[in-house]
Amino acid sequence: MDSSEMRIKNHPILDFEEKERVKFYWEGEELWGYEGEPIASALHAAGIKVLHESIKRSHPRGFFCAIGNCSSCLVIVDGVANVRACTEKLKAGMRVEMQKGVGPALSSKE
Amino acid sequence: MKTTELAIIGAGPAGICAALEAASYGVEVTLIDRGDMPGGQLVKQTHKFFGWHEKSAGTRGVVIARDLAERAYRDPNVQFMGSTEALGYYRDDGTLLLETPYGIEGLKPKRLLVAAGASEKMLLFPGNDLPGVYGAGAVQTLMNVHGVRPGQSVLMIGSGNIGLIVSYQLAQAGVHVEALVEALPQIGGYAVHASKIRRLGIPILTKHSIKEAYGERCVEGAIIWEIDDRWQGIPGSEKDLKVDVICLATGLSPLCEFLWQAGAEMTYIPALGGFVPVYDENMQTTLTGVYVAGDVASIEEASTAMAEGHLAGVAIAHSLGKISDVDFEAKRKGYVKELEQLRAGPTSKKIVEGLAALRDETGKRVSV
Repeated sequence: MDSSEMRIKNHPILDFEEKERVKFYWEGEELWGYEGEPIASALHAAGIKVLHESIKRSHPRGFFCAIGNCSSCLVIVDGVANVRACTEKLKAGMRVEMQKGVGPALSSKE
Repeated sequence: MKTTELAIIGAGPAGICAALEAASYGVEVTLIDRGDMPGGQLVKQTHKFFGWHEKSAGTRGVVIARDLAERAYRDPNVQFMGSTEALGYYRDDGTLLLETPYGIEGLKPKRLLVAAGASEKMLLFPGNDLPGVYGAGAVQTLMNVHGVRPGQSVLMIGSGNIGLIVSYQLAQAGVHVEALVEALPQIGGYAVHASKIRRLGIPILTKHSIKEAYGERCVEGAIIWEIDDRWQGIPGSEKDLKVDVICLATGLSPLCEFLWQAGAEMTYIPALGGFVPVYDENMQTTLTGVYVAGDVASIEEASTAMAEGHLAGVAIAHSLGKISDVDFEAKRKGYVKELEQLRAGPTSKKIVEGLAALRDETGKRVSV
């Protein structure tokens, strides 16, 4: 899905300024988002809703609260597990992956 | 270790108002929030607020948030610490543990105010963990703060003010709302909000609930059904709605884990949102020097949260000797009166009863 379809352009009350577009990667696939927006909103705009698989039954999970309360949206960012996609800000070149279960204990960077 | 006179956890309406109030008497305030800006959940409220509070009635939440944030930034006695989470409180020596962007830090405040807000209640139904089932607040955050639509077609669950307002906001953002279901026989929120929804042609189905959400990896639809007087689904009344978003507006719970950890006494009062801290008429918990304000103390409106913030702020300033007894009494009376006015309407009846039950609990604690 083209990421711009889900973006609101005309709104009766709010103005959404065009921010700087950056490239990032989801499961190795190149996508774009706005620098500084939450990772979850960039992914959602790109039509990606499954961010995590649950620990016991591998159920697909997306975000639920969007403000960092519930930990339903944990992803792996640049090798670091348990990052909340709903509050972590998007940066250019970030490599984001779906977290399966608890994720790797240590950063795979190390 | 760093010290401060007052540390406030949560820079929403309650926390900011408490900060501004206390700072106005010369209290040195550290205002902490996990977000990078003050404003809390007001930043996603595009609707105009009712209520009595100063100029806030008739003003959109986003505007109130901006105004409060600017006042906090301008105030030389208020230091804002953003992107910082409060991890815990060592009550024996009064150390607050914070996770900042630079690492873990300790902070020793003379007084602590917990204004952590609320979290959304989950509803039990098969498929409730599928991506596409979102809290109403999450939908607001996604579309009103970040400008992204949650999906194509939405089933809204719950007809309280949040359910009604968010349905309207979805329509404003160009998202189709298939239906709004309400388990009770009548609409929970204000008639003025419900009328706006009806005018848009969104059906409000009372005595209806969700039976299940279905979909392979995400929500692809929802089965709703009618419920009887004993809250049981009526077989044969099912309807299949092709929606990709199910939005839960089924209430909030006080976000009080921090208070549990700190060791404040808690009590269960459903009318106030579930477990709430026991606190006195100055918003002080059973831990001396630890105060609460806003949704963490009882689930209400932003207007009451602001008034409670002011009340806690002046009480804290008084406890620190920054304001005379006479001036404090006058100020306190004013805020108490304001809270009474805000809670005077018929929709606040439950809250008033809940607060009376809380007062009984507080009385028991004090007399021991």
